[in-house]
Amino acid sequence: MSLEAKIPPGPLAEKWSKHKFNLKLVNPANKRKYDVIVVGTGLAGASAAASLAELGYNVKAFCFQDSPRRAHSIAAQGGINAAKNYQNDGDSVYRLFYDTIKGGDYRAREGNVYRLAEVSVNIIDQCVAQGVPFAREYGGLLDNRSFGGSQVSRTFYARGQTGQQLLLGAYSALNRQIHKGKVKMYTRTEMLDVVTVDGHAKGIITRNLTNGQIDTHTGHAVLLCTGGYGNVFYLSTNAIGSNVTAAWRAHKRGAFFANPCYTQIHPTCIPVTGDHQSKLTLMSESLRNDGRVWAPKTVEVAEKLRKKEITAAQVKEDDRDYFLERKYPSFGNLVPRDVASRNAKEMVDDGRGVGGSGFAVFLDFADAINRLGQEAVAAKYGNLFDMYYQITDEDPYKQPMRIYPAVHYTMGGLWVDYNLSTNVPGLYALGECNFSDHGANRLGASALMQGLADGYFVIPYTLGDYLATIGPKPVDAGHPAFAKTKQDVVDRINSLLALNGTKTVNEYHRDLGHIMWEYCGMARTEEGLTKAKGLIQALRADFWKNAKVVGANDEVNAALEKAGRVADFLELGELMVDDAQMRKESCGGHFRLESQTEEGEALRDDDNFAFVGAWEYKGDNQPEVLNKETLDFEFVHLTQRSYK
Amino acid sequence: MSGNMNLTLKVWRQKDAKSTGKMVTYKAENISPDMSFLEMLDVVNESLILKNDEPIHFDHDCREGICGMCSLYINGRPHGPKRAITTCQLHMRSFHDGETITIEPWRAAAFPVIKDLAVDRSAFDRIQQAGGYVSVNTGGVPDANELLIPKVIADEAFNSATCIGCGACVAACKNASAMLFVSAKVSQMALLPQGQPERWSRVQSMVAQMDEEGFGSCTNTGACEAECPKEITLTNISRMNNDYFSAKLFREEKVHDHSGGGE
Amino acid sequence: MSEIKQTFNSSLGKKLIMALTGLFLCTFIIVHLGGNLFLFKNDQGYGFNVYANFLTHFPPIEVVAYLLYLAILVHALYALILTINNRKSRPVAYAAQTKSPASWSSKNMGLLGSILFLFLVIHMGDFWYKYKFTDTVGFKEYRTNVLTNERIVNDFKPADPTFEHSSTTENDVEIVRVKDLHTKVASSFSQLWYVIVYVIAMGALSFHLLHGFQSAFQTLGWTHRKYTPIVKFIGKWFFAIIIPLGFALMPIVYYFFK
Repeated sequence: MSLEAKIPPGPLAEKWSKHKFNLKLVNPANKRKYDVIVVGTGLAGASAAASLAELGYNVKAFCFQDSPRRAHSIAAQGGINAAKNYQNDGDSVYRLFYDTIKGGDYRAREGNVYRLAEVSVNIIDQCVAQGVPFAREYGGLLDNRSFGGSQVSRTFYARGQTGQQLLLGAYSALNRQIHKGKVKMYTRTEMLDVVTVDGHAKGIITRNLTNGQIDTHTGHAVLLCTGGYGNVFYLSTNAIGSNVTAAWRAHKRGAFFANPCYTQIHPTCIPVTGDHQSKLTLMSESLRNDGRVWAPKTVEVAEKLRKKEITAAQVKEDDRDYFLERKYPSFGNLVPRDVASRNAKEMVDDGRGVGGSGFAVFLDFADAINRLGQEAVAAKYGNLFDMYYQITDEDPYKQPMRIYPAVHYTMGGLWVDYNLSTNVPGLYALGECNFSDHGANRLGASALMQGLADGYFVIPYTLGDYLATIGPKPVDAGHPAFAKTKQDVVDRINSLLALNGTKTVNEYHRDLGHIMWEYCGMARTEEGLTKAKGLIQALRADFWKNAKVVGANDEVNAALEKAGRVADFLELGELMVDDAQMRKESCGGHFRLESQTEEGEALRDDDNFAFVGAWEYKGDNQPEVLNKETLDFEFVHLTQRSYK
Repeated sequence: MSGNMNLTLKVWRQKDAKSTGKMVTYKAENISPDMSFLEMLDVVNESLILKNDEPIHFDHDCREGICGMCSLYINGRPHGPKRAITTCQLHMRSFHDGETITIEPWRAAAFPVIKDLAVDRSAFDRIQQAGGYVSVNTGGVPDANELLIPKVIADEAFNSATCIGCGACVAACKNASAMLFVSAKVSQMALLPQGQPERWSRVQSMVAQMDEEGFGSCTNTGACEAECPKEITLTNISRMNNDYFSAKLFREEKVHDHSGGGE
Repeated sequence: MSEIKQTFNSSLGKKLIMALTGLFLCTFIIVHLGGNLFLFKNDQGYGFNVYANFLTHFPPIEVVAYLLYLAILVHALYALILTINNRKSRPVAYAAQTKSPASWSSKNMGLLGSILFLFLVIHMGDFWYKYKFTDTVGFKEYRTNVLTNERIVNDFKPADPTFEHSSTTENDVEIVRVKDLHTKVASSFSQLWYVIVYVIAMGALSFHLLHGFQSAFQTLGWTHRKYTPIVKFIGKWFFAIIIPLGFALMPIVYYFFK
């Protein structure tokens, strides 16, 4: 099947404006005749639901949490990029576009990324108008900080909780529409399937997590804003509830899944302490503005540190290897995430890791504290330091933080065209849920930007085009597709509840995570991936035989919720491995050991792999079929990424 | 592993909102001090599932102290014995071997129990729906730097905005009052210039909804402030009181419907 | 419902009433303590009796007095309403309660207030009611030579049962005949149980005001980085220490030294 990305022709800077003009409009009086379903209330979902309701559409919004405010966008710490050039340091829309394309290792669409950079400036305006308390200078103007992969300061922030403040802004806009009656909000409700009628998405099936009721909801369009699938690795910086179910169900109903192997491993997370660990905590990338990453120069010194014979402070300057500064003098500690992560892994593989387990390197603030004083450092990063202290019981003002990479974000996701529509008409994917704008690696502070760009400034235009085309005729809830899909959902729940084996669902999840991290994590090989595929298939088969799910459907049943999600991860995991195996090149977060430069950097194969790999589901136990969308680069010249 | 602990848990179990609940005692064995409190409960739940028992239900999500979903009244204090953190950030090193830990849900008429330790906090959402926003639509707003906001004001508004809506203030208050939460939300907007056009109306709508939800009233004990994981201060309550009385007693304009009328 | 009525029916409005009546009562106790300082004056009750007479016969003060009684009743009534509502807000109590970080007084305002209310019933029943509505309080006649300041005190039995007080001057001698509340006070304060009740009540007053005074400012929304510390200082040192101590010293001094 050919994939039509629908990127408008013409000069880069005019694509979006021209496209907006060419899109059909729904007249104001007709908008109230359309129902739109929005699943997920993070930055993308809340902003889309609010903006569409403001336009006059009837919106039904869904989240599995107890309040829309709790979606995991809330946990983003560092900031949001925007090409405002308030700092007069040479930023521009084109530079943000270029940094993002380059940061993504030339595996994103030029048209999408340029649009993202273009609307980034509107996002900041919008958020400020809503009352988001961004950091300010004494003169009253907005403050900026720097993030990885760029040499300008374009990141807007609200201390260490930019995500929460932006989400509360979108949530407040959503609340206003709920109060107005234009959005009907369903909390503690999980979407379990998409209903398609004649190939168009016309509704969803949900489970009420409080009483188990399975409901059918109709809509003229369905927007999935359900985030990423990092929890396939079991341990990640995602929330415990983050899952792939909505996207995966949509995939099984025909939506293509693009670039599933593109996973972002964030370099600065708190290392794992033991098997009991349920999640990993990120330490914001902003810390790399002032923190210096280092490992001991020799295995001997590292060994002494691991055995706690010496402390980090006792390691002499000469015995320290500030490896990022050494290898990448122009970007230093602020190289992109994939590069920083891979280098930390190299140190550990080299036997120079620190901490009890040896799976960590240092992020040191001693210089910053000397230069700026402890108070200034605390003002910038206080809450992050406190968070670190709570978890590790170590005071980062006195000794360097121990950090190690952890799964953080998934660049892959449902394939969408320029209008954010999946290949299933009427089914849209926004935010991290889609594969769109980050290529093979996402730059820091760009996730918030993309989620809000999709929700506030893209979907309100592009959705109208589709709705105008199909017309406002009400969706027929009596169509047999609804009853059929609902029955499928009920059957699946019953088969999960029938599982009465000897192993908990959580153990399967942990096992899957180990496989994914080991073979489909920071470094991937042909051999390892082949092995992983077999292991996952065996694990999945075992799950459906030996897993244990307690309780009933008609009650609050976290075990059942988890079982459904893990069952989907067990399928997704295999597809990720397939995708990683297919992509015999390294790019961004996807690092194939077979494909690296002499200096150990990711080596792309543009001749054979400059495409988006979109996978098509063909039925249970059938191999998925790869569809390619060729990436055309008209405006940037593909080069080996260099941050030296 | 050395240093691991054995604990006794007394946990509130309640099947659903309609059932009556009771405290049930469990053993938590071989607990590492590096575990978070919720990871300790995960371990207990795994063993319950394998014994065919129903796992203990509790709300949680981000497990890094920001989503506000976790709750738990631990040994008589919301979010446990340490200051300025949420339950998910509480680690077992704060307890000692052999200790008995009592775990209860938030208790408030406005927060009915859904199951076991999870409560329904949708009252907080409804209070914010009543007016906790600046009525601006997407698009058509001025450039972000056209609005000068003094750093001290922005910082103060941020301090109020750090509220994660967990409900610990209600749980801690002997009157189950929601004043700290509501005042934090009101304060953020009352401090910022963006919030001024609706300032007097907003505070009235939000307080009216708060009263309707059945929260108690504030007696200024300060228990909320002491237990707030984000250290929201009582100053917010005072600020809201002032705005409320100014609005009610001295402003002439009527409360407007915050949704801004029809479509 | 009118907007004003709605205001005072809201949870904040009820608290406003508590704060305003509370602060009004605070101003009263300053005056009350000031007047009662006459008890420490060694003038055979002259100053105190004249002051008591002034309070009960000067019309503006009488009006204020009835406002005061109203304030006490409203303060107590609203406290009761708020307490009932607050109890309803937590129908199921916690099984475990650790020492809350909130101050003891702030959590026990109802208990302290109840003690004070009981005390007021005893206190007003014994003095105010007997003084105004019964003839159990006798009269005294003070004859003061205005030139030498020599004073002769005698019991006085008015012929007319409606007699209340008189003040005349004959040959440089000022003759003041007033109800003798002072003797009543002295006799009450000579009983140990009465002294104990007073001291306990003043303890309650101390803790009630320790929280109450500054709390009223918080409720009114009058907090300020610069001035709130001053309010707290006054609340603690003046209202929670000096005033209750002053009141408590009266029965103690009378019991032990008079």
